[in-house]
Amino acid sequence: MEVSRDHLVTFLLRLADDHLILGHRLSEWCGHAPMLEEDLAMPNIALDLIGQARALYQYAGEVEGKGRSEDDLAYLRREREYLNCLMVERPNGDFAHTMLRQFYFSAFMHPFWEKASASTDETLAGIAAKAVKEVSYHVRHCGEWVIRLGDGTEESAARMKAAVEALAPYVDELFETDAVSEAVSKAGIAPAPASLRSSFDSTVQRVFAEAFLDMPETAWPQTGGRQGRHGEAMGYLLAELQHIQRTYPGAVW
Amino acid sequence: MYSQGLIGAKTDSAEDQAFLDAFQKRIDAEEKIEPNDPMPEGYRRTLVRQIGQHAHSEIVGMLPEGNWITRAPSLRRKAALLAKVQDEGGHGLYLYSAAETLGVSREEMTEELLAGKAKYSSIFNYPTLTWADIGAIGWLVDGAAIMNQIPLCRCSYGPYARAMIRVCKEESFHQRQGYEIMMTLANGTPEQKEMAQDALNRWWWPSLMMFGPHDSDSQHGDQSMRWKIKRFTNDELRQQFVDSTVPQGEFLGLTFPDPNLKWNEERGHYDFGEIDWDEFWRVVKGGGPMNKERLAARQKAWDEGAWVREAALAHAEKRKARAEAAKMAAE
Repeated sequence: MEVSRDHLVTFLLRLADDHLILGHRLSEWCGHAPMLEEDLAMPNIALDLIGQARALYQYAGEVEGKGRSEDDLAYLRREREYLNCLMVERPNGDFAHTMLRQFYFSAFMHPFWEKASASTDETLAGIAAKAVKEVSYHVRHCGEWVIRLGDGTEESAARMKAAVEALAPYVDELFETDAVSEAVSKAGIAPAPASLRSSFDSTVQRVFAEAFLDMPETAWPQTGGRQGRHGEAMGYLLAELQHIQRTYPGAVW
Repeated sequence: MYSQGLIGAKTDSAEDQAFLDAFQKRIDAEEKIEPNDPMPEGYRRTLVRQIGQHAHSEIVGMLPEGNWITRAPSLRRKAALLAKVQDEGGHGLYLYSAAETLGVSREEMTEELLAGKAKYSSIFNYPTLTWADIGAIGWLVDGAAIMNQIPLCRCSYGPYARAMIRVCKEESFHQRQGYEIMMTLANGTPEQKEMAQDALNRWWWPSLMMFGPHDSDSQHGDQSMRWKIKRFTNDELRQQFVDSTVPQGEFLGLTFPDPNLKWNEERGHYDFGEIDWDEFWRVVKGGGPMNKERLAARQKAWDEGAWVREAALAHAEKRKARAEAAKMAAE
């Protein structure tokens, strides 16, 4: 089944925006981590995310066919045009929040890239084959931190529980289905998000069991990111991200 | 990123002359000194201080550049800057490990830094105000660091010398990257060119200060040279840096902020003006524009990270206890 160009571009931008915005958040830690090893690990993960974002934006620009470059797409859209899920834009909070957010996202992306590496779309399959290796390291690294903090001191356990509470409303959005995700999965380009739930749940349950954490029931899951409706923190993030591009239009860097 | 011309290490040693002579003989024969070899206390102390300062410089140096990661103007530049700042952290890690071979822990060194007892390169006490500063730091600050560090690859202390070999490779990559940023700006719009010139104006003199006081005012240089911790004097390295950097700046079409800078045919070197030593000592002693903020940022990361480090230790102990209990039960 053929997918429309609009659907494919939207799908690619959603994915690229997830990676850019999470990479941005993670890089805010650079130089401020709790220990030197994490001052190396977090920029390293951020670098992977930015690399994945670049490949996706380049491809989105190509499919769109309007001559937009990776930087045009990353830097020069309005807030309502960014299509990342809400979880990735959540402010860093403490180290427990940051590690849990990264763990959730990576636990979702790992089976996603695994399936996408057999995509009918060759470019995406190539991006996926590289990404899946990187993400398996992210799952392990962040999962180990969730366990260490959940089963560390009284304080770290309390902070980890608070992080689980705070991020719970943003988990379901990862699995949302709409016309775009349906068209893309029917064409065999990428897995349907909902089909990744069981893999995600089993990764989370395995880690949570060791971390003495429970997944809370969420009465009110939050949504809207895929339609460009973001949280209040997003505008500030974009102001920072876009600062130079907006101040000096048309310059080459 | 870099080690400042060493400031404030005591090189005196209390060993008897026969011991010192035997040690000097090894040094003169260009033998590498390894962690378990006998060494004068002054040698050990000088190295701990120098490697510690160097490591702290890498770590504090992550802050001024980290300041621009979230605002980098393109994704390519963002990725390169992230990788560079990560490299600096990696250099810090090797260097702390090299210092640990001399019997001092990373934690002790960090506490000395936070207490203001250990120095780091004064250059990082200047703010990064525009994107061009990221170019200028790569070009000038990493360039100066390379001048200092290449001879350190031949330092008499083995672990330090070996760490420097890898560090130098990465630094020269950073230097080229920084120069390429400057080149892009210098060939860009008038506003970009102005940004590049402004960055050169602000970073040139602090970069020259990175080599430390004049040889005539440097108290411990001689002993460090005899021990082959240092191979060239502060002034020799500074001259080398000026000689290699000025043509690069001219190629960019930028002007150095020094009216006395000119080629001296007779000497075969560039002459240059006098450094503002009052500013140098003010910044070294804590009065630079960013001294307080840099240390406050490190202190904050350390304090706010305490619960994470404690949790990691507590968890490791729990694991160990569980593994032992399981082993007992199995026996």
